[in-house]
Amino acid sequence: MFAYLIRKLGVIAPTFFGVTLVAFVFIRLLPGDPVLLMAGERGMTEERHAKLMAEFGFDKPILVQYGVYIQDLFSGDFGTSIITKQPVFKEFFTLFPATMELSFVAICIAVFVGLPAGMIAATKRRSVFDHVVMTGALTGYSMPIFWWGLLLIIFFSGILGWTPVSGRISLLYYFEPVTGFMLIDSLLSGQSGAFKSALSHLILPSIVLATIPLAVIARQTRSAMLEVLSEDYVRTAKAKGLGRGRVIGMHALRNAMIPVITVIGLQVGVLFAGAILTETIFSWPGIGKWMVDSIFRRDYPSVQGGLLLIAAMVMIVNLVVDLLYGLINPQIRHRD
Amino acid sequence: MPLLEIKNLSVAFQTAGGMFTAVDKVSLNIDPGEIVSVVGESGSGKSVAMLALMGLLPWTAKVTADVLKFDGKDLTTISKKNLRSIIGKEMAMIFQEPMTSLNPCFTVGFQLSEALKIHFGMKRNERRERAIELLDQVGIPEPQKRLSAFPHQLSGGMNQRVMIAMAISCNPRLLIADEPTTALDVTIQAQILELLLKLQQEKQMSLVLITHDMGVVAETAERVVVQYAGQQVEKQNIKGLFTEPHHPYTAALLDSLPERAKTKKLPSILGVVPGQFDKPKGCLFAPRCKYATSLCTSTPPEPAGTDMGRALCHYPLKDGKPTNYPEQEEVA
Repeated sequence: MFAYLIRKLGVIAPTFFGVTLVAFVFIRLLPGDPVLLMAGERGMTEERHAKLMAEFGFDKPILVQYGVYIQDLFSGDFGTSIITKQPVFKEFFTLFPATMELSFVAICIAVFVGLPAGMIAATKRRSVFDHVVMTGALTGYSMPIFWWGLLLIIFFSGILGWTPVSGRISLLYYFEPVTGFMLIDSLLSGQSGAFKSALSHLILPSIVLATIPLAVIARQTRSAMLEVLSEDYVRTAKAKGLGRGRVIGMHALRNAMIPVITVIGLQVGVLFAGAILTETIFSWPGIGKWMVDSIFRRDYPSVQGGLLLIAAMVMIVNLVVDLLYGLINPQIRHRD
Repeated sequence: MPLLEIKNLSVAFQTAGGMFTAVDKVSLNIDPGEIVSVVGESGSGKSVAMLALMGLLPWTAKVTADVLKFDGKDLTTISKKNLRSIIGKEMAMIFQEPMTSLNPCFTVGFQLSEALKIHFGMKRNERRERAIELLDQVGIPEPQKRLSAFPHQLSGGMNQRVMIAMAISCNPRLLIADEPTTALDVTIQAQILELLLKLQQEKQMSLVLITHDMGVVAETAERVVVQYAGQQVEKQNIKGLFTEPHHPYTAALLDSLPERAKTKKLPSILGVVPGQFDKPKGCLFAPRCKYATSLCTSTPPEPAGTDMGRALCHYPLKDGKPTNYPEQEEVA
């Protein structure tokens, strides 16, 4: 198991390096530069522009800039935002709990709805339920997130007036963040109605964010389950006289989970990508919205640092998934 | 009273090209403590008939039978719950592929003690003791250690022993072994057969041995049913079958045994078992039969009398020659 972990870490290092390179190059490929955007419509003289560019070190050859960036990274410096003058690392982790909370709730919805839906669809193949789930999954998977989000806002916030349109909690409530998770903090604050307010703010964005992973998980679970149900060992389980629940819920599910776990891990990456759109639509003060703002401002250090940290999060999640995978599948565990 | 009574069991599968009859009116009685072998090449519906009996076929299968009784209980009308209390307990089955028939995610001990928990409600330590005893019975060394092993850590032969241990865990009265040695090495094959026979003797259970290996039949069975393309073509006791086969298919199977070969080149039966789309109109074996006449290719035969092994043939063999065979050979 230890060797397994070491091997996985060996893959992570080069990936990390690749992310720095991609983030660094791509943000600079965008037209415009941060100084011009800061000046806005007033514009500025070329001299002043050159002076400011030199101040941020953007006048040096790109390779040198990259060298400096990597050097700083090795000393634990993720750079400083050129707009807010705050360390990128600090900004990221101020906003991260909001995204974390949203993503966590979304992945829970996706797993706890998608998994049973896929399972039931597989065991009741070609039933009405199966068709409804599969059609729904395909629709959910094909829908543009921002459009779906807007539809929900129009219906639940606009027409029904059940949920707020944006933010994490009503302005009526204020408390110091303890965990950074609004649902927990609101409970800790002891203010009546705070939790309800936080929940009503969270519900729509998390449903929107959960839609694609839910669809993918449901489809994957169904197909994995169908495959496993025709395996010889499922027949053996039935031949023992085991009940249907035990055959499906234990013998089949344990095996079907192996590919599904991988997919869930991969969906976490998709989730962060989806968070960018979702947070923008719902004005959710998280990493996604911050990344979009940083890109619009050509805040190079923030984009570079933010992407790197997001990549790190995704890699950590995938590492955990790999370890889980080993726990579920004894054939992998014993390979070392 | 026979332990198992099957009369006119048919199984048809729903396929894209319509219904396909895999088992066609098969009948079989098995007495307590008896060993019966079902022989036939791949695709002759041997396994399907037994899987139908156990209720293990997929939903695309349509099973019909005039009589399907185990120990006097009618299996055609039995509830699923009651059927589950019979299968795995009184009627158990061993499958062809030991490597894929055990669940890769659970330990041998867990899989072995599951039936004990379900059928007898045994406690954890009772189950453990019984599991060790079972592994010992099927000749697995160091049974305590093997309990925590996963199937992929054991060899094919060992896994088949585990399968056998699982099948006999509740002391079944009928054990169905579906080609239990096919996937194994020749040396292991003999060991597994020996083990099955030993257990059958000890526990006085009935044994149905499905195989395509006439050699295995010769060593084990008391009675033999020869099956071809879903139909039973001959039923005889072991001695009669080997000294005087009545159906040309049985004769051809025996001729292809190396130890019985009279010529230098080993004879084989040309062609394959007909499938869904090339099913002959008359006798199903006619296209491969050296005695086939125009009658054979046009009209399905009726089974002959018991003295002729119930051979499903227009001209059942006697002393190696077809009876009532037309003088003028109108071979199709």
